[in-house]
Amino acid sequence: MASIDIRNVRKNFGIVSVLHGVDLSLENGEFVVLVGPSGCGKSTLLRMIAGLEEVTEGEIRIDGIRVNERAPKDRDIAMVFQSYALYPHMNVAENMSYGLRIRKAAREKITAAVSNAARKLELQPLLARRPKALSGGQRQRVAMGRAIVRQPKAFLFDEPLSNLDARLREQMRAEIKKLHRDLGATSIYVTHDQIEAMTLADRIVAMHEGVVQQVGSPLELYDRPANLFVAGFIGSPAMNFLSARYEVSGGTAGARLPDGTLIALSSDYQLEEGAAVTLGIRPEHVEMSPASESSLRATVDLIEPTGFGIILHLGLHGLPFNVFTLDRAALTAGPTVTVAFPPPHLHLFDETGKRAASLQKGTG
Amino acid sequence: MNRYSTFGTALHRLAILCYVVFALFPLFWLLKVSVTPNDLLYSEGVRMWPSRMSFEHFRFVLAHSAFPVFFRNSMIVAGATAVIVTLLASLSGYALSRFTFRGKYWLVALMLLTQMFPLVMLVAPIFKMLSPLGLTNSLTGLVVVYTAFNIPFATFLMQSFFDGIPKELEEAAKIDGATQFMAFRQIVLPLTLPGIAATLGFVFTAAWSELLFALMLISGNSAATFPVGLLTFVSKFSVDFGQMMAAGVLALIPACLFFLFIQRYLVQGLTAGAVKG
Repeated sequence: MASIDIRNVRKNFGIVSVLHGVDLSLENGEFVVLVGPSGCGKSTLLRMIAGLEEVTEGEIRIDGIRVNERAPKDRDIAMVFQSYALYPHMNVAENMSYGLRIRKAAREKITAAVSNAARKLELQPLLARRPKALSGGQRQRVAMGRAIVRQPKAFLFDEPLSNLDARLREQMRAEIKKLHRDLGATSIYVTHDQIEAMTLADRIVAMHEGVVQQVGSPLELYDRPANLFVAGFIGSPAMNFLSARYEVSGGTAGARLPDGTLIALSSDYQLEEGAAVTLGIRPEHVEMSPASESSLRATVDLIEPTGFGIILHLGLHGLPFNVFTLDRAALTAGPTVTVAFPPPHLHLFDETGKRAASLQKGTG
Repeated sequence: MNRYSTFGTALHRLAILCYVVFALFPLFWLLKVSVTPNDLLYSEGVRMWPSRMSFEHFRFVLAHSAFPVFFRNSMIVAGATAVIVTLLASLSGYALSRFTFRGKYWLVALMLLTQMFPLVMLVAPIFKMLSPLGLTNSLTGLVVVYTAFNIPFATFLMQSFFDGIPKELEEAAKIDGATQFMAFRQIVLPLTLPGIAATLGFVFTAAWSELLFALMLISGNSAATFPVGLLTFVSKFSVDFGQMMAAGVLALIPACLFFLFIQRYLVQGLTAGAVKG
C-alpha cells in the first residue's frame, strides 16, 4: 500500500497535447476513480502511473519517491487491463504466479500466494485451465488474481469491466468493492461508466479534454457539480439544461426563461442582474405538477418504462427535456404535461459554464 | 435452405477436389515416371501406372550419380538460409511491429523496393561482387545471396505475426516484473512459434528450389545444389527422365519431413483467450 502523488503532469504525443497539467494525490488505501468520456486522457494518466507511457512534464511519486524514470517493473504496482491480457500459453496458476516467478520468489511462497488469491476469487477449480477455456467473467477474475498475488503497493484498473455483459459487470463491480474492502490497497480505477464511478469510488476525478474538472466524493459530484461538464456527465439519465437570465425581483432571485417564465431560485448568487446563465435540473428532481405560475407546459415525445421507474422524453420550448418518475400514472400521460422545478434541486451555471457561487451557505 | 446449403457444400468440396487434383497431378506423374523401367517408358503409351514397377532409377541415382553431393549441398544451403533468415527476420519484424524509430518509413520502403524487380537483372552485378570475395562456386556465397533476398519478405511475414500479438500482453509482463527482452522471450516468442515455423518453412523451400543463382554462381559438381544437379540428367542428345524423376522424388523428402516437423506449430489460434475473445 502506498500514497500516490501526481504533480502538474503533462503529456504530449508529438504536437498533440492530451494532458494539460494534472494534480492529484491519493492517500494510502484510497479508491480513486478517473472518469470521463473517451479521449479525455484518463487512460493515458493511468498508463503514465504504471510506467507504460513517458511523462512529458511534471512528476509522479509513489510513496514519496519519484518514479518518472523507473521502469514499470520497478514501481511495484499491478494493473488489470480492459482486455485482461492473460498469457495464452500459460494456465491460470502460471498466469497468476508469473510475476512472483520472475522475481524469483520461494516456491512455497508462490504456492501459498496463488492458492490464497484463488480462494478469494473462487478460482481453485480452474487453476490448470488455459485462458481460452475460460468465460469472460472467469478471465476477468484471473486478471485480478494476477494483480493481487504480488501484493503490490497499488492497483491500477483500466476499464476492467467494459468487456463484460451488464449482469456480470454488476457482479464483478461488487466483487471489486469487496476486494478493496478486504485488501485495503490504494487503487486507481479508470472507467467511462459513471455508475461504476459512483458505486466504487472513495473519490471521483472527473476528466474532460485532458483537464481535471472536479475531484470529490461521489455524492459531492452528484449534488454540487463544479461545471456543466460534470453536471451533464454524472447522473443517468443526464441532467437537463435550460438557458435563462439571472434576475432579482422583489428581493428574491430567479431565472427568467426565454418564454418569460420566472423560475424561483432558493438563494441569491454572485451574478449580475440579467447575466446569461444555464439552469440545470436532474430528471429525477423534476416534479410533475398541476399547472401553476412557475410551472411549464411540455409536450410528451416518448415514454420509456424501465420497470423501476419511467423516463419521459419531453419537448420543452422545442428542446429535449427528460423526467424520471416513479409514479406509474406517468405511463398514461397525455400529449402535454406540466412540470415544476423545486428550487433546492436547481443548479445554476454562469456564462463560462462554471457553477455559480451562491450567497447563502448550504444551498444551490 | 438446407438442401441449398448441402448443394453448396458439395460444390465447394468439388472445387477444392479439382484444385487438389490439378496441383498434385504433376507430383503423381513424377512418382509414376520414377518407378517406370526405361524399356516401358515410351512403349506403353499414356498409362496411369506402369505394368511393371522398378526401383532401378533410385538405385542408380543414389549409387552412381553425384546426387548425394547435390543433396547434401542443398541441405546445407537451405537449412542455413532458413535459420539465419528466420533469426534476423524475427528481430527486425519485432522492431518494425513494436518500435517507432527515425527512418522506419524509408527502411520499409527500401526493403519493399528490393522485391520489385526481377532477380535476373541482378545476376551479373552479384557475380561481379562475389567473385573477388571468393564467394562464387561456394555454398557460403549462395547462403549470403539467399539470405539477402529472403530477409525483406520474411521480415514482413514476421512483422504481421508480431502485429497479431496484443501489445497489452507485453505491458502486463513488464508490470509483472519483466524487462523488455524477458517479455519478448517469455511471452511474445512462444506465441510467435506458428509465425516462426511458417517463415522457416517458406524460406527453406525457397532456398531449396532456387535455380537461377545456383546455376550462375556455381560451376562444377562439388558445390552444386540439387536443382542444378537435376540438369545433369539432361545430356546433349537425350534426357534421362527416369533418373531425373527419381532424383526429384528423393528431393521432395526433406521438404516433406520439414513440414511434418513444423506443422504442429502452424496451428492457428494459439493466442486465443489472451484478450477478449
